Formats: sequence, C-alpha cells, structure tokens
Amino acid sequence: MANSSTEKQSTNDFIRGLWEENPVFVQVLGMCPVLAVSNTATNALAMGLATAFVLMMSSTLVSSLRSFIPKQVRIASFILIIATFVTVTEYIIQAISIELHKALGAFISLIVVNCVILGRSEAFASKNTIGRAFLDAAGMGAGFTFALLCLGAVREILGSGSLFGVPVLGTHFEPWVVMILPSGGFFTLAGWLLFFNWRKEKKKIQEKRAKAALAEV
Amino acid sequence: MVFAPQPMVNSYSPTLNFSENENMNTQQPKLLLTTSPFLKPRQDTRFIMWQVNLALLPVALAAIYYFGVSAILIIVACVAGALLPEWLHSRFQSAAISPLKDGTALITGLLLALTLPPSIPLWMAFLGGVSAIGIGKLLFGGIGYNAFNPALVGRAILQAAFPQAMTTWAPHTDLNGFSVLRGDLFALPFAQRSVDAVTEATPLAKMKFDAMITALPDLLRGSTAGSLGETSALIILLAGVYLASRRILSWRIPVSILATVFVLAGVTYWLAPDTQPQPLFHLFSGGLMLGAVFMATDPVTSPITQRGCVIFGIGIGVIVMVIRLFGGLPEGVMYSILIMNAMTPLIDRVAQPRIYGTE
Repeated sequence: MANSSTEKQSTNDFIRGLWEENPVFVQVLGMCPVLAVSNTATNALAMGLATAFVLMMSSTLVSSLRSFIPKQVRIASFILIIATFVTVTEYIIQAISIELHKALGAFISLIVVNCVILGRSEAFASKNTIGRAFLDAAGMGAGFTFALLCLGAVREILGSGSLFGVPVLGTHFEPWVVMILPSGGFFTLAGWLLFFNWRKEKKKIQEKRAKAALAEV
Repeated sequence: MVFAPQPMVNSYSPTLNFSENENMNTQQPKLLLTTSPFLKPRQDTRFIMWQVNLALLPVALAAIYYFGVSAILIIVACVAGALLPEWLHSRFQSAAISPLKDGTALITGLLLALTLPPSIPLWMAFLGGVSAIGIGKLLFGGIGYNAFNPALVGRAILQAAFPQAMTTWAPHTDLNGFSVLRGDLFALPFAQRSVDAVTEATPLAKMKFDAMITALPDLLRGSTAGSLGETSALIILLAGVYLASRRILSWRIPVSILATVFVLAGVTYWLAPDTQPQPLFHLFSGGLMLGAVFMATDPVTSPITQRGCVIFGIGIGVIVMVIRLFGGLPEGVMYSILIMNAMTPLIDRVAQPRIYGTE
C-alpha cells in the first residue's frame, strides 16, 4: 500500500513538470531562452537539454544540502550551485560542437538566471528529499525541453523548410523569413499558448459537466 | 481602414423609444413629439465606409490602368483574404449586424492590395488579407478595438515573412500592356516564385541607392514603378480632398503629415542641394500620399482631439523622413504609421482640451 502510494507520488512529481505545470506553456517562466534560441529545432533541443541538465544537477545538490544552507543566504548559495553547473555545461557544449556553442551564444551563460531553475530550487528542492527533488527537476527539465522543441520545430519548418537541418518541405518551399526573426518566436509561442489554454478550458468544462451529472444522480 | 462605430444619431427620438418599450403604451402615438435636429446627415459606420470605398475606387482604377490584369487579380485576392476571417467570425459569433455589410473588411483588403507590389504571388496577397483582418482586427476585438491599422498589419507581416517578394517591383505600362502578368502571380501556395520577371526600382529606391531623381510630372501622373497604389499622387490627393470635404476624414492628419515632410525635405534640400531632391519629390513619391490620406486617418487608430491629430501627423512625418534619409529601407510610411498608432492612446491623454473654467 505504502509502496504504491510513493510510486504514484514519484510519477506525479515527474508528470507535473512535463504537462500540468509545464514551465513554458502553463507557468510561462524562463521566456528569454524560449524566444531567443528556438529558431531551429537543433538549437532548441540543445538549449532544452542544457537547461534540463543544470536543473537536475542543481536541484539534487540543493536538496542534499538543504539542512546545511542557512535561510539568510540560501538564494546566493543556490545561484552559486547553479552557476557551477552552468559553467560545466558550457564547457561540455564547447567540447561537443563549437558551432552549437556559437549559435547559442550568451544564452548558455544566461541559464544561471533562468527563473525555472532558481524557482524549483527555492520552491521544491530546498523542502523535499533528494529523490523527489530529482524527479521534479527531471519533469520540469523534460517539460522545458519539450516546449522548446515544439517552438523550434514549428519555427524551423516554416522559417527554413527543414527539421533538424533536414529539408522536409521540398526545395521549392518559399521560407517565411519572419519565423526565424524574433517576432516569429512571439507568434509561435502565442499559437502554442492558445492551444494549451483552449485544452485547459475544454477540460474544465468537461469536469463541470461531469460534476453536474453526478449531482443529478 | 476601420472606423469606430458612431453613435446612432438617427435613433435618437423619444417617441421611438416609447414605442419600443414593452411596458409603455405599445400603440403607435398619434402625435409625434421630437426635438431638433430634424435634418440629420447619415453618419453611421456603414455610410462612412462606403464613402471611403468610393474614394478608393479611382485609386484602384489607376492601379489597373498602370498594372493591368495583375492589379485586378491582386485586389481580388486581398479582398477575398480579408473577407474570409470576417465571414467565419460572423458565422461563429452571432453578431447583430453582419460585419461584412459595413464594408470595413472591403476597405482593409483594398488598402492592403494598394500597398503590395504588382508582381506579388496571389497566395501571398490572400495570406496578407487573412492576417490583416484575422491578426490585425479580430484578435484585438473586432471593429473599433484594433490598436493598429489592419491593412498595415497585414503588409508588415508580409514584409517580414517574404521580404524578397515584397521589394520586387515590376515596371508600369499603359492599357496596351493590360493582359501582361507582372510576375509569377500564379505561383503555387508556399512554393517559390520563378524569378524571371522584368523589374524596375521605385523612385525612392532610385534616389537612395542610385542617386537618380524621377521627374515631378511622372510622380504626379503615377507613371513610375511601385506598389499598386503608390502610383498617381494626384488621384489620391483628389480622393482625399473629396473625403475631407465630406468631413469623413480629419484634414488635420494628412495636412500635418505632408507639411512636416515638406519642411524637413526643404531643410535637407537647403543643406545639400546637390545630393538631395526637391522637397516636392518627397511629397509625391512612395506611399506617403496613400498613407497620409487613407491609412493615417483611420479614426480607430488615430487620436480623437484636434491637437492630438496634429501631434500624430507631425510624428508620422518626422519618422518617415528619418527612415527615408537615415534608415536602411528606401520607404518608411508603413512603419511610421504603425509606430504612431501605438502612440495614439498616449497622445489622446496628453492632448485633452482644457475644460472651460478650469485651471
């Protein structure tokens, strides 16, 4: 009994970040990298994975150190931990692909100030066990990566007619230059937010109807 | 161009209100008691819109004269694109009056077509019409609520999405070249155009990049390359005078735009007469005339007060000249109007008239 409830809780911790409380589509947090580096699917995926990595590592560390960090200096300590992992990530990306490092530019260093990461450290990791903190961070990281990929895929397909650099719409496709420009990021994000809010509204109406039906019975 | 719904002056009559009220006497009153005015000009949205459409007709005819069948096709595509979201919206949102009948979508489509180059593929023109009404108007809440001129929103989206197609200009002809297509108009949707059409630079591009100045009579007559409605400055000016004389547009806006551009162009000509064109060149070239008369005067997106209209016009004139003289683009009427549209609520707050008897 206890086993199944902890299992349920851990899947909840993971799924929540991926879907119900998706950092981009539901909480609308960390918009800077979302809008800036989602012009191609490759950039978006790399940015998402880098952020997810930093998020998971820092959440785990913050959770394990939560009884040692004094309340008064917790934000500074969290930032220090996050910055350490961001530096590690930056070197890793540089080692893997110098082109990717150039494409992402300053936004790799700016992961430090991504409010999703600090937010999860403050709101979740500093109050929960290591296991739960890791799962929560993994869920949030996966949700962030998923959201970036959603934006990046749409923008790359419409803006350059390709996906992950592979042409998908044929050579005669007229690219929509606006999609690669910053304004295209806003348009695409607005479209996805519209979709998610529409789904949420629909679910709410369904729940209301179900409740009404129950009350009648 | 979208106008705010005017208060219905026609329906103001106490007797009418009585007869409509269920609780009151439902019989027709024997004696009609009404107050003045008895002669009322028809000033509802529908009337104003159709007047603007009428004024746009000669401009469209000039475009057809210079660009032949291409102009007709582009106008039809833009208007169809503008009507589609309006029609869908009126189907799903049971509006009291069908927004199709007030002619606003027709104006938006027509104005958008007049800002497009004659060689643009029809699917792009259609898409521009859809985004003009869909994004520029309906997303903001429909007629009377849009912050930006819908036709210019459509054009700005096309300019950002397809910059190459939007800056390729086909040369003009007269009626002899009526049936000649000016470019790959029938390119398949989302497919690239075949770029083998004859092109010519616009007067402003010639001035900016080749230091060539087009003669004034050509600009007035409109025998130059450019957008469909960028041709004859004289016809647009006459249409503007007609609308201003019927009090359908506020004359302060176009006059202050044109005066500002004239003064600034005069100063630059005075400073560098060898390289800069005559001030009148700036007035009659590019989209300035069309923008000043038909787009900046949109009552929804321009200030209400008289002082506000003048500030608005001066702002547009200054930004146009800054873009023309120092910007990367040869023409900046579209962006200057959109920027000043964004300023309109602010101008309305600043330019409130002083209430008599207060400090």
